[in-house]
Amino acid sequence: MSGSDTALLEIEDLVTEFGGAKPFLGKAQRIVRAVDGVSLQLKPGQALGLVGESGCGKTTIAKTALGLVREKSGTMRLEGRVVSGLSPKAARAARTTIQYVHQDPGAALDPWWSIGHALDEALRIHGVTDKAERTTRVDEMLLAVGLDPSFRTRYPHELSGGQQRRVGLARILVLRPRIVILDEPTSGLDLSVQATVLGVIDELRRRFGLTYLFVSHDLSVVERMCEEVAIMYLGRIVEIGPTKEIFARPQHPYTRALLAAAPRLEPGSLNDTPALPGDPPSPSNLVAGCAFRPRCAFAAPKCAEARPPLRQIGVRHLAACVRLDEIGADNPA
Amino acid sequence: MMLEKPNPVLEIRGLSVSVGTDEGEARILDNAGLALMPGSIHGVVGESGCGKSTLIRAILGILPKRGRATAGSIMLGERNLLELPADTLQKEVRGRAIGFIPQDPFQALNPVFRVGTQLLETIRTPGDSRATRETKKAHVISLLKAVQLPDAEHALDRYPHQFSGGQRQRLLIAAALASSPGIILADEPTTALDVTTQLQILKLLRGLAIERGLSMLFVTHDFGVVAQLCDTVTVMYAGQTVESGPVGQVLKAPYHPYTQMLLACHPERADELAGIPGAVPSPLRPPTGCRFSPRCPSARPECNAGQPPRVAPSPGHAVRCVLHLDEAAA
Repeated sequence: MSGSDTALLEIEDLVTEFGGAKPFLGKAQRIVRAVDGVSLQLKPGQALGLVGESGCGKTTIAKTALGLVREKSGTMRLEGRVVSGLSPKAARAARTTIQYVHQDPGAALDPWWSIGHALDEALRIHGVTDKAERTTRVDEMLLAVGLDPSFRTRYPHELSGGQQRRVGLARILVLRPRIVILDEPTSGLDLSVQATVLGVIDELRRRFGLTYLFVSHDLSVVERMCEEVAIMYLGRIVEIGPTKEIFARPQHPYTRALLAAAPRLEPGSLNDTPALPGDPPSPSNLVAGCAFRPRCAFAAPKCAEARPPLRQIGVRHLAACVRLDEIGADNPA
Repeated sequence: MMLEKPNPVLEIRGLSVSVGTDEGEARILDNAGLALMPGSIHGVVGESGCGKSTLIRAILGILPKRGRATAGSIMLGERNLLELPADTLQKEVRGRAIGFIPQDPFQALNPVFRVGTQLLETIRTPGDSRATRETKKAHVISLLKAVQLPDAEHALDRYPHQFSGGQRQRLLIAAALASSPGIILADEPTTALDVTTQLQILKLLRGLAIERGLSMLFVTHDFGVVAQLCDTVTVMYAGQTVESGPVGQVLKAPYHPYTQMLLACHPERADELAGIPGAVPSPLRPPTGCRFSPRCPSARPECNAGQPPRVAPSPGHAVRCVLHLDEAAA
């Protein structure tokens, strides 16, 4: 993606692996490359959607960006400063302007702690020593997410799913982050509650000038919330670009199949939509060349030769497929 | 006009279900009704707590311990399932006339037994209860082929963890089909799956329904899935069935204020992401009459006088709402 405005967060050729440890008297564990050469940029105030099916590595990217998981290689620049290649502790310290909203904030809240206590704790850990200041900031943030400050005396089990999500957002916001990673922020919520939570997320972005990395498997939510979107398949980005353009004219065969499979409110599409054959293979057992090749309707011998690189196909629009010119833009998957 | 229509294979009329709790009687279903027409896929859609799972449990006769139907009927052909003795339900209805596909393929199979052991033990072959193991096995394998499970011949010797989520759901669909039921109840069978796998399963269900002349009740919270799969749909709110009709009409021009507001929350439709003000009422102390009235912008005093009668402003598309009382076409 080439843009004139400087990126807030720049990730280049990121690789994250799991396994490989050799236990005493044991066989070395198999290495699983969960993120395999991912590059992306977050511009200030932008929301970038990270989309893909289970096991595609989207949560691993989020955790690596946050510093919870250590990258194997690649560079990360945060506000121009290199923050990769550090020890886990130093990495996390260098990345405090990045915060993470847990997928299920209900599970992330301590059931014995009141909401006020939990929010206060977050501030204390991050070095805000003045009690009066902490109290003011907690009240401000509860109001910002649409909860009355009286919620500080309540306990997690007294809250509905939507209210728990709001507390999860408030807990991050008291830390005044610049980048917020939202991991499936509405999964498991009912439609009417989801709309409320998405409304709060949108409002907070405008009000506090936040930048979002929006991890989700729900395409209609991403289409609605993000200006740009990255589609992942087995640890790699296969297509990235402006959301409007990708949803209108998906290029990569996987993007086409994914968008076609997503349920929409138009009845009767089932018969016309071919289903992708098979299941996503495990990242520990990849084929040579394009990882999508075994399920791709357009696969050809040359797809097996090398991992297809992302290449520019439009303004800020990239896709990783060697047959793009041959399969044609209008040819449905 | 009503006479020309075929009879429903399964019809629920005025069903009310209460569950005793320590805080009193929870009225989970209130005067719920729906009709499943032969050969059709009927969606039941609503948010959590709307009673859609209780509806399925009532049909199968597996209500919670302190739950009971207080009014209404569930007609399977000529028989009212609510009046059948427990052993008749077990012998002739559950897993016989009506097959069931559960929500979570990861929990419905026991991880320590081979798939074959589990399928052969639980399924019943149609007709012959004394079928030999070999005939049963052949029957199961033919079912696994029908649900397009790869390598069906060897699947019985494998363990559940050796199958992907989509494949496990196929195993459970095969189990539901084992007794050649005419009706399948499916409780959110694709909620745990990724969208491309979900599409495979929905296409499979659609194909099986046509091939085998099945009628299907498909419970879901996802209007998109209803649009993809179903012919007709019933919308539920807080234990009441508020609207039903052909999917195209309900999605395009819903009558009930709840359906309208819920569809307006969908990211594809929403002008403004705001949700529906208020919360679902507790079944312990539900509002009288229309249970949506406390949250409804068009509520009138008569909304609380009792649940409005079911009227059909256009053929086959019915609603329970005072706003439409004078529009009844049927």
